Amino acid sequence: MKFKKVVSAVLLAAMTMTCMAGCGSNSDSQSGSGSSNSSSGSGDTIKIGGIGPVTGSAAVYGMAVKNGAELAVKEINAAGGINGAQIEFDFQDDENDAEKAVNAYNTLKDWGTQAVLGTVTSAPCVAVGEVAQADNTFLLTPSGTAVDCVKYDNAFRVCFSDPMQGLESAKYIGEHNLATKVAAIYDSSDVYSSGIYEAFVKEAANQNFEIVAAEAFTKESNSDFSVQLQKAKDAGAELVFLPFYYTEASLVLKQAAGMNYSPMFFGCDGMDGILAVKGFDAELANDLVFLSPFTPTSEDEAIQKFVTDFQEAYGETPNQFAADAYDGIYAIKAAMEQAKVTPDMSVTDICDALKTAMTEITIDGVTAKSLTWEASGEPSKEPMVVKIADGDYAVVE
Amino acid sequence: MSFISYLINGISLGSVYAIIALGYTMVYGIAKMLNFAHGDVIMIGAYVVMASVTGAGLPPFAAVLISIVFCTVLGIVIESVAYRPLLNAASSLAVLITAIGVSYLLQNIALLIFGANTISFASVVPIPAIELAGGSLTITGEAIVTIVLCIIIMTTLTLFIKKSKAGQAMLAVSEDKGAAQLMGIHVNGTIALTFAIGSALAAIAGVLLCSAYPTLTPYTGAMPGIKAFVAAVFGGIGSIPGALIGGILLGVIEIFGKAYISSQMADAIVFGVLIVILIVKPTGILGKNIQEKV
Amino acid sequence: MKNRSKTTKNNIITYIMVILLFAVMQTLVSTGNVSSLLKGLLVPLCAYIILAVSLNLTVGILGELSLGHAGFMCVGAFTSAFFSKCTADLIPISGVRYLLALLIGAAAAGLCGILIGIPVLRLKGDYLAIVTLAFGEIIKNIVNILFIGRDENGFHFSTKDSLSLGLSPEGEVLINGPQGITGTPQDSSFFIGVVLILVTLFIVLNLIHSRSGRAIMAIRDNRIAAESIGINITKYKLMAFSISAALAGVGGVIYAHNLATLTAQPKNFGYNMSIMILVFVVLGGIGNIRGSIIAAIVLTLLPELLRGLSDYRMLIYAVVLIVMMLFNWSPKAIEWREKCSAKWKRNKQKEA
Repeated sequence: MKFKKVVSAVLLAAMTMTCMAGCGSNSDSQSGSGSSNSSSGSGDTIKIGGIGPVTGSAAVYGMAVKNGAELAVKEINAAGGINGAQIEFDFQDDENDAEKAVNAYNTLKDWGTQAVLGTVTSAPCVAVGEVAQADNTFLLTPSGTAVDCVKYDNAFRVCFSDPMQGLESAKYIGEHNLATKVAAIYDSSDVYSSGIYEAFVKEAANQNFEIVAAEAFTKESNSDFSVQLQKAKDAGAELVFLPFYYTEASLVLKQAAGMNYSPMFFGCDGMDGILAVKGFDAELANDLVFLSPFTPTSEDEAIQKFVTDFQEAYGETPNQFAADAYDGIYAIKAAMEQAKVTPDMSVTDICDALKTAMTEITIDGVTAKSLTWEASGEPSKEPMVVKIADGDYAVVE
Repeated sequence: MSFISYLINGISLGSVYAIIALGYTMVYGIAKMLNFAHGDVIMIGAYVVMASVTGAGLPPFAAVLISIVFCTVLGIVIESVAYRPLLNAASSLAVLITAIGVSYLLQNIALLIFGANTISFASVVPIPAIELAGGSLTITGEAIVTIVLCIIIMTTLTLFIKKSKAGQAMLAVSEDKGAAQLMGIHVNGTIALTFAIGSALAAIAGVLLCSAYPTLTPYTGAMPGIKAFVAAVFGGIGSIPGALIGGILLGVIEIFGKAYISSQMADAIVFGVLIVILIVKPTGILGKNIQEKV
Repeated sequence: MKNRSKTTKNNIITYIMVILLFAVMQTLVSTGNVSSLLKGLLVPLCAYIILAVSLNLTVGILGELSLGHAGFMCVGAFTSAFFSKCTADLIPISGVRYLLALLIGAAAAGLCGILIGIPVLRLKGDYLAIVTLAFGEIIKNIVNILFIGRDENGFHFSTKDSLSLGLSPEGEVLINGPQGITGTPQDSSFFIGVVLILVTLFIVLNLIHSRSGRAIMAIRDNRIAAESIGINITKYKLMAFSISAALAGVGGVIYAHNLATLTAQPKNFGYNMSIMILVFVVLGGIGNIRGSIIAAIVLTLLPELLRGLSDYRMLIYAVVLIVMMLFNWSPKAIEWREKCSAKWKRNKQKEA
């Protein structure tokens, strides 16, 4: 048994040493060089970090953000960078867990990040927000929709907030008289989904429709939706509100078709990307309506360019996660140019400069034209209503 | 009418759990280990079918055969590399933890090869849905095939274990490894055979799972794997008919719980019923009660 | 007598190891030689060490496989975070508040341990494992549908959504279902964590070497024989199980007071976490308290140190886990190791 102990001790010591060696002197060593183009960080590049899940069940959203952000970084670098400085980008995995997200943030801090694009999901975003606030690090979340994500003045977001989406959805359904009887199915174990659902119910009271069924599911039982659909059907719902991601939604649509139930389906921005699911029968999603900031089929030149470049680089159509991340990087660039940020500035100085700069800039992004931010961290953008027709997205005016 | 519809949905869902539980219980019965990687072998099986249908353009039937062969080989490799060295370890927990390691490994291999994107799995079941009572009740083709296959597999396995020489050897190994060895049974070979059969069943289960619920990600297998484990325990782990009963029961309870009690509480209800059953009957519905001796 | 002194010596080594690690880390932190990553990991490490040690009490000393340890952690985390959030204004001194939160978290988790232990401990082996797993999942599910709010009329409860709480406009939602508790005061520190590790070690090690501890181990080794000499099986089993649960609650308290957000997700309070803690225990050696500590440290640091590998990180982690298990547990590997260490000793003797 002695040998084992010696081995464990040596292993532990070695690990602690590597851990320590990779730190302290972070100006000349790069401990966490993930996807970054590792030119030596001698102070002439601006370091931007990204945080999101690239493993675990939320990996699909984190990967989209990572790809979207990297594409933007590549473009900016090719065009001469920010104020003449090249960008270095490092994306760290948080496995969609608050604790791991803080670890990822700390890794980026050791690497010397000067602004952070993240995190992708809500709960980790709140945890990182707290730590980033203490350090006064600039934080721009591409897709953290929970209210608390932008609680502090150093945090901004590119996407809509949960209450805003719930509110807008209810308003749209009411104002356009889409239905009088509405059913809602939501993920009661998910921050995003339950957040939208709550705001939706709140606003529904002011609208001319009635919620006849509200059924939940959880991450542990997210493959069978027959009961939820059956209840909606029995209650005579003409419209079913689905505030969750397209992964589950593709199952809901399939199962509804299987039971000959064809109400109108209405989703939120998480629905964007459903047509990109490999092997998904687009016929099923016909007439699906959802609020989204982004449609890949838009004829807008900037969007077309983004979609083609993204397809070329990663072999798939970008969804709103990728688009939000892409805009996020451009927003950081615009704000840094506005604030005349140089690579030798400290994190706190950059953060303070960006706080004001963010409210002054206007960018033409792929998720919105003339996008601006308020000091509260919320972007000013109107959701587009997208309807799927003939196997393709189409914007409803 | 909605009651019958819930019942049908429950049985459909349960049949998927049952077919996964068959593989689980088979391995547990012989090797006495909880193979946490079983759910991930299912996922690999589904990816192989998907890749051979869309990638290589093979007909679904051939793809399923390839997947079965692939998973069988995978099962044997996993057993011989990761589990066999720990067969005689001081604690049976060691192999449980290694199984968890294998589970992580398979998930991350799939993540690297196929990416994180959801894939909508094209059903390989050619049978159309049956409509009853003027279209208000539907039984999907996948459900029919799953239930029929479940019964066929269950009967074949029971016959195989009772009648064949290899099956008898499995029984002997599960009773007493040492004695079986003395009787001239090749213990390692028998256990490898068990894993081969279990993994082949996992491939079939993977195809049926993804045909019934057509989303495929590297994490598709994990939760059904745990649910099937629960189903196997419901029925009495190690008992082959028990897996079928446990699976169907679990599916029906899950659907009824959602329908009549609360859709938010579905998981708590399923696990609550499990606890009650085990407290009343500590070895599951069909489990053997073994008297403990000093 | 000799045996006695040997175990005492062994225990002292464990304490010294923890204190030494603390001293080394504290010095490094104060001299600024530690990366932010490692600094951020110190508090979670304390939580994981406590969880591993407490699970070792159930798995190693009591000899029962529990897959629901994260459930107790969840109870401890949520009750204490709820308390801290409620009293954040009432009790301004964070030390007092933390101590109370700690006691409440541990008591709630221990109580859960007793409630669950009474029916569950009658079961054996893998059946017990699955029932504890079931309880863990039930706890997580219940926490996810729990809504508690507070306004001038007192507390409001609901299991539906925060709207049905019927709060007045000034009201505040304390536990918001799946969105959990946000804004828990971050009172956990490395120092408190280490003190709690020492307390945990003190409780567990003293229990093991007490009369009760020997009774518990007698039950583990041979239940019928233990019963026949008059040991009250239910009492001792329940005792070990509930202490283990209460200590897991302590781990939960540290965890909850370290992050600004507390949500019950499959990742942090589901069976995945229970299994993760079990991995610490088994890798460190079942029944070996010091081993649990080392394994918890190694396995928590490992995925963070592998961050440089980016996409291959979790893959390598899985491979390392399997290899470590084979190295630590395979009879062949043990034989080989013994041969090596014998050779090493012989060489040393020759030199001397």
